[in-house]
Amino acid sequence: MKTLRDTAALLGRSMRHIARSPDTIITVTIMPIMMMLLFVYVFGGAIETGAANYIDSLWPGIALIAIATGVSYTAVRIFFDKQKGLFARFRSMPVARPAILWEPVLTAVVSNAVSVAVIGLAAALMGFRPRANLAGWLIAAGVLALFTVALAWLAVIPGLVAKSVDGATAFSYPLIFLPFISSAFVPTATMPGPVRAFAEHQPVTAIIDTLRALLAGQPPGSAVVSALAWCVGLAAVAHGAAVMVYRRL
Amino acid sequence: MSKPAIKAEGLVKSFGATQVLRGIGFEVAPGEVFSLLGPNGAGKTTTVNICATLVRPDAGRVSVGGFDVTRQPGRVRAAISLTGQFAAVDGLLTGRENLVLMAKLRGLKRGRELAADLLDRFGLAAAADRRADTYSGGMVRRLDVAMSLVGDPAVIFLDEPTTGLDPEGRLEVWRTVEQLAAGGAAIFLTTQYLDEAERLASHLAILREGRIVADGTLTELKQMFPPAQKEYVEKQPSLEDVFLAIVGETGQTGQAGQTRKAGQAGETGKNREERRPT
Repeated sequence: MKTLRDTAALLGRSMRHIARSPDTIITVTIMPIMMMLLFVYVFGGAIETGAANYIDSLWPGIALIAIATGVSYTAVRIFFDKQKGLFARFRSMPVARPAILWEPVLTAVVSNAVSVAVIGLAAALMGFRPRANLAGWLIAAGVLALFTVALAWLAVIPGLVAKSVDGATAFSYPLIFLPFISSAFVPTATMPGPVRAFAEHQPVTAIIDTLRALLAGQPPGSAVVSALAWCVGLAAVAHGAAVMVYRRL
Repeated sequence: MSKPAIKAEGLVKSFGATQVLRGIGFEVAPGEVFSLLGPNGAGKTTTVNICATLVRPDAGRVSVGGFDVTRQPGRVRAAISLTGQFAAVDGLLTGRENLVLMAKLRGLKRGRELAADLLDRFGLAAAADRRADTYSGGMVRRLDVAMSLVGDPAVIFLDEPTTGLDPEGRLEVWRTVEQLAAGGAAIFLTTQYLDEAERLASHLAILREGRIVADGTLTELKQMFPPAQKEYVEKQPSLEDVFLAIVGETGQTGQAGQTRKAGQAGETGKNREERRPT
């Protein structure tokens, strides 16, 4: 109860941050939108995916890249709160301990939801036509939210230990790169053996296959189980590690 | 003697191979301003952080407000407030929003009333609805101190609260500290400025290389040193003195000369001063 109340109070503060300083959301959406333009209008003609509409199969990968970019701001927010002493202030107050770390994680969910929605609208202008029903949309949104929670918990760790802003954001580069070695842009069957093996067994492929199926209005099959397992597993491990780091501060 | 607001015994803390505290102890009574002095790196901030539940000691015990900092940190946090070395305010929120947030996090109702009252007290009413990142350094520090007073904590930690403040801002913080102590709060103050400690502290301790080397009231600490000795320094008249003595006395000078002379009189008093052998 107290945890919920404190989380809500802290979340109110970061929602004001998002509203007053929307530049982070703009920064997060620009790069994925540029990539979308590049893949659809430059590379797209040469990529044979078998899909009737390339942007429909491309969009999930772009959304994941946006989320991976967005969570680097989670680390940055924690880093600056810590540097400015706000973090110590909250820690020295009778604030429920989980609320202090859930605030940035839930903030990431909200700000990335806005970013993904903006990218979705941009994609719609470029011909993105999802055919998901309500249940499909809800599951897709849930998978994206869980993916965000998992990566945001991962971001908490560098946010707490980094000595500089650059250090706090460096962790996100490999995450941004992960969708490239997946089914996001080109079919994995076109990749050489070891790369293909990696691509087919990494979490991003399972998530992308799930989103693609859902947005096409098809049942996602076993991919959704694998996608959820990856997200929940990663979130649990990252959460455990983040709490451990926090306790040692 | 009332129950101590802070009681520390045998505190030991190392960071890696560096031993910061080597077994320190002290007591602070309610209504007392306790000042911990020492050179940079002596362990002042570490001591504050241990008392404020942010850092666990390697050995030793601290109770704050009657609660043990390692075993009942939640109860300790409800009784204290911490103002750190850097003004910890949220720049994207307004002054009022910062204060209301503090009230919410302390589980207080009437947060807006409390905020309005503190904004008035700290001369921030006019800037209440401006974002804190538009405030001057002194205003930010005042907001910072105001934020730590939300909920009337019984024990207040002020870690170098006047660093970076202009003289006026310092005076304001000083007046607040005096008011709070008069209201019965125990105040733990660390500072770089000895005049600040001399003015505010009713109880002082000096930390050096992880140990407390002196502990007592200002009078007690002064008694530890040889008694004050009066030294007389012969004062040579300056050309100005000579000039004023000749010209000023004859009544030939105007207003400016008179004023000058009055200012000079204050200066001469300084030439005879009390000195302590070091």
